[in-house]
Amino acid sequence: MPHAPFIIASFAVTGVGISWLLISSYLAMRRAEASADELRQQP
Amino acid sequence: MHRFANPARFLRIAKPLTPWLLWMGIALTLGACLWGAFFTPTERLMGDTVKIIFVHVPAAWLGMGGWTGIAIASIIQLVWRHPLAGVSARAIAVPGATFAAICLITGSIWGRPTWGTWWVWDGRLTSMLVLFFLYLGYIALSNASSEKGDTSRVADVFGIIGAVNIPIINRSVIWWESQHQKASITLGGSSIDQAYLVPLFVSVAGFSLLFGALVLMRMRTALAEMRIEARMRRMADY
Repeated sequence: MPHAPFIIASFAVTGVGISWLLISSYLAMRRAEASADELRQQP
Repeated sequence: MHRFANPARFLRIAKPLTPWLLWMGIALTLGACLWGAFFTPTERLMGDTVKIIFVHVPAAWLGMGGWTGIAIASIIQLVWRHPLAGVSARAIAVPGATFAAICLITGSIWGRPTWGTWWVWDGRLTSMLVLFFLYLGYIALSNASSEKGDTSRVADVFGIIGAVNIPIINRSVIWWESQHQKASITLGGSSIDQAYLVPLFVSVAGFSLLFGALVLMRMRTALAEMRIEARMRRMADY
């Protein structure tokens, strides 16, 4: 049984999972902090 | 500890720290994965599937470490009412669940060529699956309680009780007959060859930094949302 597809699948699952989490967390943080700053500047 | 109970003081440290953790984590993780995938030798018994160790082991450790963090933060939240403890526990939950899921999936992928099966209901695999379900339960509980506006005491208690599963995962390969190998790295030393051990530690360090960056980003999001909510309430009062 060739091992390469199993290794590629493991690295791909990890890469996709972590990348999705990093990007979604970063965008949510930027959005929330921008909204909070915008509200603070309102009189 | 109470020095950091002030969100403004916490943010002064967290804001410059987040990009450092993120970029160092990305560099170390990518470096370790490339090192492990292309520059480590084929293992005598497991063949090339041993390379899965560089993603599976950090995911397992961080999945377990994440819940340990939730339990500690929950105790601090319940005992000292530390304002950031509850925020940090909730910020750990989703990254912890993701790492536990990655551990289960990569372990299953590893099991197929080495054990001849995707899954067995043995102590290690089952207790790790229980940890993943505990994370889902914690996320649901903390979301439900934050919607109601209370301080998620139920989630804190759940976080502490769920920590019982951590030593069970750790000791499962000793207590029960298991397909999973015994612990290769203990406080007393390691049975892993240096050729795999060094990139493995670099990988663990890289994934840990990414985990830290994720938790800080999610804490910053929660604090910003709390500021927005407080501001909206004040504006509604006028």
